[in-house]
Amino acid sequence: MFEKVKAVIVDTLSCEEGQVTMEAKLVEDLDADSLDAVELNMALEDELGFAVPDAELPNMKTVGDIVRYLENHA
Amino acid sequence: MPEQRTAPQAGPGPAAPGPARAGGLEIAATGRAVPGRVITNDDMARVVDTSDEWIASRTGIRQRYFCAEGQSAFTLARDAAAQALARAGLSPADIGLCLCASFTADNATPSLACQVHGALGLGEECPAFDVNAACTGFLTALGTARCMLAASALAAPWALVIGAECISRVLDMADRSTCVLFGDGAGAAVVRLSAAHPYWSCLGARGDGALLHAGGTASADRFLHMQGQAVFRFAADIIPRTVARLLAEAGLTLADIDCVVCHQANGRIIDHAAKKLGARPGQFYKNMDRYANTSAASIPIALDELARGGRLAPGARVLCVGFGAGLTWGGALLTL
Repeated sequence: MFEKVKAVIVDTLSCEEGQVTMEAKLVEDLDADSLDAVELNMALEDELGFAVPDAELPNMKTVGDIVRYLENHA
Repeated sequence: MPEQRTAPQAGPGPAAPGPARAGGLEIAATGRAVPGRVITNDDMARVVDTSDEWIASRTGIRQRYFCAEGQSAFTLARDAAAQALARAGLSPADIGLCLCASFTADNATPSLACQVHGALGLGEECPAFDVNAACTGFLTALGTARCMLAASALAAPWALVIGAECISRVLDMADRSTCVLFGDGAGAAVVRLSAAHPYWSCLGARGDGALLHAGGTASADRFLHMQGQAVFRFAADIIPRTVARLLAEAGLTLADIDCVVCHQANGRIIDHAAKKLGARPGQFYKNMDRYANTSAASIPIALDELARGGRLAPGARVLCVGFGAGLTWGGALLTL
């Protein structure tokens, strides 16, 4: 799951693969804003067929938060 | 967009158009008007807690125009319409229909279209009314005009179609999530039926006032409110769908389109759609850096910029996509 999410994040946020770790903070480390979060979610839907509900997005602080949410709700 | 009132040429249109619903549509000329006050992002940062960097990186907007004293959606509509009429080389007697799209008209009545009708001295056989489909308004009015022209119910062959907004009057200057996004302006086009200018259009709606709302006579709150993330998702879904539908109806691919003119709500929305559709660089027109979101005026302003900039030759195909409050959306594939 981490590798899939990482690939989507690299493509959507235009960041380096090395930056995308489980601990990386979306806003502080990866420079994601509120629209990036929606774009990321839409890309995850395209890639995985499901994503984090938009209402849950504010709770997603790190890459790991997203990965764990998706693993728990797959 | 050269005047072609006689001897229509066989343009490079598609060989097998979809169902010929009402014939093509020729745009003889366009016009645009903006009010005098230029408001930069730095100006906005003096009113609310924001910055040029914040606004530009999230929206692509650098400045907008706001109406000054004595200016309104009507004065902008009138000026854009008069310019389009003059450029088309037409007189008021040539106009058989006057439509104006807006959600920020000066009055509940008379409509902007009737105000323009009076100001330009249009004939008594020329009906005039407003269309409110928010940011989809211009394309809704264009589709309405095409249908009315095709029904041969009009006394003269040309329709004046205007999009005009004075959104600054409904902006909550304490809400930094919306007040930096919008601007005032107007655009107009003079159109008529023409087999030499193939045209396809589609319009849709999903009655839902939760995402975008601005007050009217039954509202205590006149300000515009918007759920940005939800609107972004709506637009990101509806733009590719509308583009795909029009291309399928016309039997074309995106590579056949010279320019895509989306409603200029936000550069990020347009970038997202362009990437998703595999557009070539620059194929999706963007001018929100100078105007911000002017709702119903954004598409005709962009069409006028394209026409004046000489970027598009006769026969060029322009695919327009509108989306906005209502919810409403629509598309038009034009042949210049």
